[in-house]
Amino acid sequence: MAAIRAAQLGMDVACVETDELGGVCLNIGCIPTKAMLTSALLVNEMKDAAKHGIQASEVTFDLGPAQERSRGVAEQMAKGIAFLFKKNKITHVQGYGRLKGKGKVEVASQDGSSTLYEARNVIIATGSRPRDLPVLKIDEERIWSSTGALMQKEAPESLFIVGAGAIGMEFADVYSAYGTKVTLVEALDRILPLEDAEVSKLMERTYKKRGIDIHAGARFQRAEIHDDGVLVTFTDKKDEEHQIKVDYVLSAVGRVPNSEDVGLESAGVETDERGFIKVDAHLATNIPGVYAIGDVAGRQLLAHKASHEGIVCVEHMAGVGHHTVDYGNVPNCTYCHPEVASVGLTEEQAKEQGYAIEVGKLPWVAIGRAVAAGHADGFVKIIRDKKYSEILGAHIVGPHATELIAEFVVGRHLESTVEEMELAMHPHPTLSEGVSEGALAALGRPIHI
Amino acid sequence: MATKVHMEALSPTMEEGQIVRWLKAEGDPVRNGEILAEIETDKATMELVARGDGLLRAIILAAGGTAPVGEVIGIIAAEDEDISGMVSAGGGAPAASAAEGAEAPRGPAPHEAAGEPAAQQPGAATIEAASAPAEGGRVKASPLARRLAEEAGIDLSRLAGSGPGGRVVKKDVEEAKTTPAVIRPAAVPEAAAPSRPAPAPWTDAGAAEGHDEFPVSQMRKTIARRLTESLSPVPHFFLTVEVDMGRVLEARKSLNRLLEKDGDKISVNDFVLRATASALARHTECNAAWHDNVIRRYHHVHVGVAVAVEDGLITPVVKHADRKGLVQISREVREMAGRAREKRLKPEEYTGSTFSVSNLGMFGIREFTAIINPPEAGILAIGGVEEIPVAVDGEVVIRPRMRITMSCDHRVIDGAQGSRFLATLRGMLEEPAAILL
Repeated sequence: MAAIRAAQLGMDVACVETDELGGVCLNIGCIPTKAMLTSALLVNEMKDAAKHGIQASEVTFDLGPAQERSRGVAEQMAKGIAFLFKKNKITHVQGYGRLKGKGKVEVASQDGSSTLYEARNVIIATGSRPRDLPVLKIDEERIWSSTGALMQKEAPESLFIVGAGAIGMEFADVYSAYGTKVTLVEALDRILPLEDAEVSKLMERTYKKRGIDIHAGARFQRAEIHDDGVLVTFTDKKDEEHQIKVDYVLSAVGRVPNSEDVGLESAGVETDERGFIKVDAHLATNIPGVYAIGDVAGRQLLAHKASHEGIVCVEHMAGVGHHTVDYGNVPNCTYCHPEVASVGLTEEQAKEQGYAIEVGKLPWVAIGRAVAAGHADGFVKIIRDKKYSEILGAHIVGPHATELIAEFVVGRHLESTVEEMELAMHPHPTLSEGVSEGALAALGRPIHI
Repeated sequence: MATKVHMEALSPTMEEGQIVRWLKAEGDPVRNGEILAEIETDKATMELVARGDGLLRAIILAAGGTAPVGEVIGIIAAEDEDISGMVSAGGGAPAASAAEGAEAPRGPAPHEAAGEPAAQQPGAATIEAASAPAEGGRVKASPLARRLAEEAGIDLSRLAGSGPGGRVVKKDVEEAKTTPAVIRPAAVPEAAAPSRPAPAPWTDAGAAEGHDEFPVSQMRKTIARRLTESLSPVPHFFLTVEVDMGRVLEARKSLNRLLEKDGDKISVNDFVLRATASALARHTECNAAWHDNVIRRYHHVHVGVAVAVEDGLITPVVKHADRKGLVQISREVREMAGRAREKRLKPEEYTGSTFSVSNLGMFGIREFTAIINPPEAGILAIGGVEEIPVAVDGEVVIRPRMRITMSCDHRVIDGAQGSRFLATLRGMLEEPAAILL
C-alpha cells in the first residue's frame, strides 16, 4: 500500500522483500486462512444438507484439496501485487534489508552479495511473527504456528490449540470441521478476550455444541513430544491438572515484532520495551527520514491498520493529505463461524470510561433474512452514549458480521449518532436490517423483538 | 522554514482587511513579533505582526490592496530559501493554509527543514480558514458535532471545521468548548451570499449625467452588512416618549460650575447614558439578547455609545455604566470618542455592549429611529432638547423637551416592557435625583 501510494505521488520507490510480495497477510495469514474457512463453512453446511433436500451419501471431507486451494489463492494474490508493482514502476529488491544508518539500506541477496541503497525516506514495514513460548517451541512439525497450521494436507485426529484469540478460534473452526478433535485453552478468563464479554459467551456455547473442548482461565504447563504425538499438560481454572495426548499443538499466543535484525541500532531508531518501533502520528520514528508502519510499529496488529498507516506515512512525506490514523476506530474481525466483528468500546470499557450508556442487543432470529439463510445464531449489540447518542461500540456475532461491521466503522467515522443508523433506510430483507434494528434496540424501541 | 504572512482577523467581525502601509520592505529582516504592516479593519487600523523570523522575502498584497482574512499577503523566509512555489501559489485556498496550521505542525518535508517549523498561527488562522458554512450557508457538521454544539450552546457556523471540506467534527466542538478563540466571530458568512439569486441591480439613470465614485471602506462595508443583517431578521418596533429636560439642564449647569476647575464638562448625553444604565439595571428584560433557544438577560449593563467618525460610526462601550458616576462616564465617552475618530479603539472597547444609545440632537434632529445593533435587544434614539410650547396644568408654557425613541427587538421585549422601561427612564431624567436612588 505504502509503496504504491508513494509511487502514485511521484516518488521513486524500491521495496525490499526476501519472501513473496504481500507479506504475512497475503501469503501465510489473512487470505489463505479465509480460503480454508470458506471450505470449512461449506463442510459444516454439508453436514446439515439434508434439510435443504440434499441427500448425499458417502460424503468425505478431505483437508488436502482445501489446503491446496488456499495456497492457490495466496499465489494468485501475490502475483497481483507483482503486477501492481510493475504498473507503478516500483522496484522489487529481492533480499534481506537492514537499515545502515540514516537514509541507507543494505540488502543481502541470497547469493551472498550485498548492495547498499540510499533513499531520502525509509519505511520499516518488517511486520511480526508468531510468539514462541519457551515452554512451547514452535518446530512446525508437532508444534505449529499459524504457518504450520496452514500447510497441513490432512486433518489430524486431535489438535491442541493454545490461545483463543482470532488465530486460535479460526483454526479451531477449520480443523473441527474436517473432523479433528480440538481442545482450545485460553489463559484469560474467556475466549476472544478482546471482544465484548457477551460475544465470548455466545462463541463458547456455539463451539462447545460443535464438540470443541474449551478451557478458559486455563494455564498451559508443558508439552512432551513423542514419536506418535504430543503429551500436553495444563491446569484448568480450578487449578486441576489435565494431561492429554494429541497429534499436534498449535501455538497461537500472540505475535512479536520483527525489529531485532533490521539495523535499527545503526541509525539509533528507538523501540519500546516490547520491541515495537516508536512512531509519532505520522509514523515517523525518532530519526528523521526513517518511518515505521504496520505490526512492527505496534498498536493493533492488523493488516487494515498497517495499510492505513502506509498511506498516512507516505502522504505525509509528500506533503499532501493531513490525515492521521484513527486508532480508536479500527475494526476487529474473526472469521470463524459464526463470524465475530467489532469496532469501538466493549460494554465494560464504556462503563469503565465513565459513559452513561444504553445497550441495544438484537438477536438474529428477529431478522427474516438471517432465519431464511439458516444462520440466525448471534446478535448485533450496540453501545450508545446516552447523552449525545454517539456510537461508542458495535459488536456483531453472526452471518457476515465481518462485512456488516463496516457500516458501523463508516457511521463512527462520519460521527453518526445511533439515530442516523436507524433513520437511513436499510433494504428488506437483508442482514443489514440487523444494523438498523440494532440501532432501534439501542434507542430502546426495537420493532422486531 | 518559510512563514506565510496571512491577513489575520484583527477585529472580531473582520472578514477582510486593507493594507494601509507596509512597515517593512521586501528584503528587510524581520523578527517574530515585529510589526510588519498596518491593516485597516472594519473598525480600526491595527498592527499586523510577524509570526516568524527571516527576511520579508515577498509582499504579495501591496499597500492599498484588500484581502479576505486567511489569505497569504507576504512571505517570510531565509535569505536563500526557495519560495517560488509559495509566491506563485499566491493566497492559495485559505482552507489549505489553515488546515496546515491546525493539523500538520510539521511542514511538508520536515526533516530537511533547518530549524523548528514556524510556530502555528495563533487564533487568527484557525478562526477563518475552512469556514464551515462554505456552500449556500449550509453548515457542514457531523451529527455528533451538532449534538455536542447544541448542548454546549455553540453556534456551529462560527467554527472552523477540521474535517474534509471544512466539516465540523466532534474534536472541533470539544476544542471550541475549551478555547473560545476558535469560535468565529459573529458575522453572516459572505460566502453564503452568492448562492442566493442576486437581486436585479438598480437602474441608475442618474449615473449617465456624471458622478464621482468613492471606494467603500472596510468600516462602511461592515455598517452596511450589520445593519442590513439587523433590520431583516430582527422584528423592530418603536416607542417614543417626550421628556421634560428642565431639571437635567439645571443640574447640568450647577454641576458643570463645580467641575470647571478640573476641566470636566458633563453633557446632556452623559445624563441620558447614566439614566439609561440605571433604568436598564431595574428593567433587566430590556438588557437582554435573543439567542434562538434562550433569551439572555445580562447581569451587567454595558452601554454602547454611537460615535460619528469620518466615514461612518462606531460604538465605544461604557462598561458597568449603571455603577459609574456622571464624571467618569463623561470622561470615558470623551476619551473613547476621540480615539474612535483616530481609529485607535481596541476591539474590546467597541464590543460587548448590552444596549446602545444614539444621539443626533446636536444635528438639530428632533426625533428619529435607530437600527438595533445585534444581538442587543434595544437601542435609544435621542433627539435634541428643544424649547417648545406644552400644556402644563391647563396652561401653555415653554419647556425644554427631548424625544426619545426606543427600537425594540420584539422577540425579546414586548410593548409593555419597553414602555415601563421608558417610564422609568423619563422619571429619572425629569427628576435627576432619582438616579441616586
